[in-house]
Amino acid sequence: MSPGDSVAIEDAQITSGTPPPEGAAASIIEGRSPWRLAYERLRRDRASLIALGVVALIILVAIFAPVIAALTGHGVYEQFRSTGLTPDGLPVGPNGQFLLGTDDQGRDVLVRIAYGARISLIVGVVATLLEVVIGTVLGLAAGYFGKVVDTVIARIIDIVLSIPFLLFAISLVSISKPSLTIVIVVIGVFGWAAVARVVRGQVLSLREKEYIEAARALGAGPWRIMFIDILPNIVAPIIVYTTLLIPVTIVIEASLSFLGVGVPPPTADWGTMIAGAQQIYQQAWWYLLFPSAALLITTVAFNIFGDGLRDALDPRAEQLYK
Amino acid sequence: MVRFLIRRVALGVFVMFVVTIVVFLIFFVGPGRADVARTLAGRQATPATVALVSHRLLLDRPLTVQYWHFLDGLLHGNLGYSYYHGQPVTTILKQAFPVTLSLALGAAAIWLVVGVLSGVLSAVRSRSIWDRIVTVLALFFYSMPSFVLGLLLLYIFYYQFALHGIHIFPGAGYTYLTADPLKWFEGLVLPWITLALVSAAAYTRLTRGSMLDVMNEDYVRTARSKGLSENRVIYRHALRSALTPVISQFGIDLGVLAGGAVITETVFGMPGLGFTAVHAIQSQDLPVIIGVVIVASAAVVVANILVDTFYAVLDPRVRLH
Repeated sequence: MSPGDSVAIEDAQITSGTPPPEGAAASIIEGRSPWRLAYERLRRDRASLIALGVVALIILVAIFAPVIAALTGHGVYEQFRSTGLTPDGLPVGPNGQFLLGTDDQGRDVLVRIAYGARISLIVGVVATLLEVVIGTVLGLAAGYFGKVVDTVIARIIDIVLSIPFLLFAISLVSISKPSLTIVIVVIGVFGWAAVARVVRGQVLSLREKEYIEAARALGAGPWRIMFIDILPNIVAPIIVYTTLLIPVTIVIEASLSFLGVGVPPPTADWGTMIAGAQQIYQQAWWYLLFPSAALLITTVAFNIFGDGLRDALDPRAEQLYK
Repeated sequence: MVRFLIRRVALGVFVMFVVTIVVFLIFFVGPGRADVARTLAGRQATPATVALVSHRLLLDRPLTVQYWHFLDGLLHGNLGYSYYHGQPVTTILKQAFPVTLSLALGAAAIWLVVGVLSGVLSAVRSRSIWDRIVTVLALFFYSMPSFVLGLLLLYIFYYQFALHGIHIFPGAGYTYLTADPLKWFEGLVLPWITLALVSAAAYTRLTRGSMLDVMNEDYVRTARSKGLSENRVIYRHALRSALTPVISQFGIDLGVLAGGAVITETVFGMPGLGFTAVHAIQSQDLPVIIGVVIVASAAVVVANILVDTFYAVLDPRVRLH
């Protein structure tokens, strides 16, 4: 974070210090929705904007991975046994032909990192969305219906949270044939409980509000109340949670691949690359360093952006974390 | 209080029961079990030998029989025998547990001290240069996958040191404390740092947030206006209540770790519970996998009960829920 950042924070402080005018006052001056206010706050947070830029760059790299492959002239699975390996069969370091060096099979590390970004982003986003959808629906149902439904769902949440996630994930992936789909499903199946707990807590406090009672009095059914009346009011924390869950999911995917139960080779994947580098990092530092850096830059960028988003959407939390 | 404890323990037992069923279903309905008999019998085995092997391991019996056999053994403290080594699973777990325990306790001590102190510093000197440095470092290590940090540490402190003739930290493996305390310590330094730094970051963030909350409370202002020294206000009054969420998180994290630090153990080649599990999974050694998963889940369940009890003792309102 840069020195200029402090200015951004203090500005945001002032904005949040004066509560947004509501009702009559607001209509006279200018109606600014909470989303608009959040956007204004986010726009002044330089660290978050840079992080967002980095995330955008990673997405572009993932999308244009084939272009990078074409520019270098190296296919993602292509093994360069004569130019990409030393006579002893070891990887070659960064040079004019292989900008980031080669891996243990003489493949271009740069091209494989670019393709690896695809797996990380796909799993990071899709598995997180799966967690959030399952967690939100179950959390809404538990919080809204209460009684038996709540007891059952709350117990399931307890159980899922008591399960040593990584051990179960490795076990599950290992008995089925490893694939991208399995990795996504396993992360989704074990990861929703934390989301459900957060959503349930939010719903429990909203359920007793007068406007919900009013909706019920008007004859709205439970589904309508849950998804039309309650859900929009908890969208902000859900969005923040989703953003902060993406880097966690990316690390889990990389960990599974690192342990050899993730997306199967020869698919290019950062975790698999780092696992391969573990065997020969003493001879090929670039093979360890560059995929590690790609992974770390991605998680740092998502975390900074997620923090910024939280501060923007929830001004009260601002003093706590920035 | 007694009623609360009974209810909480009963829930824990129920959770464990569900865990055993889930584990059992995963592995015995999965494709693994046909392969196991074939692998064990060897490449040239006749179908009859394969059948004999699977009969001995009860693999040809109905699932309910197998599950009952397993549960019966479990209740008698018998987790079965490793398919491959023929050793009792309990023996294997007993060998692996001290490794995991050494790793977990040392790392936990470091991360708790580092995390809480940096969090307090950051909250008390809010918006100072220290706060900024701590916040940036916390975010950095919070985003750091443990295998990346572990391998980078190995590259610098094992490989680069060795190149310059310094041999302090081993590249892999584990020395038992009873065998050689110094080697035990040297072998654990890098794994401790890896695990501690990654976890400390979350505690820094947690402590900072919770301290900032508490420092705004009226009773802190009262303590200050009584003329107490700032240190006393911070450490005696504010930190004490700010630590509650930290301690509850600590209990759960320690519980998870007791079941094996899968990644750290794998990176540093330490034969702890997590490492044992990864190897057992690769060789489809079902009884060992199940054993580790059961022990790991039990550790989490016990940790949860302890944390809840701790809360209930501190705050009587909790018992009502």
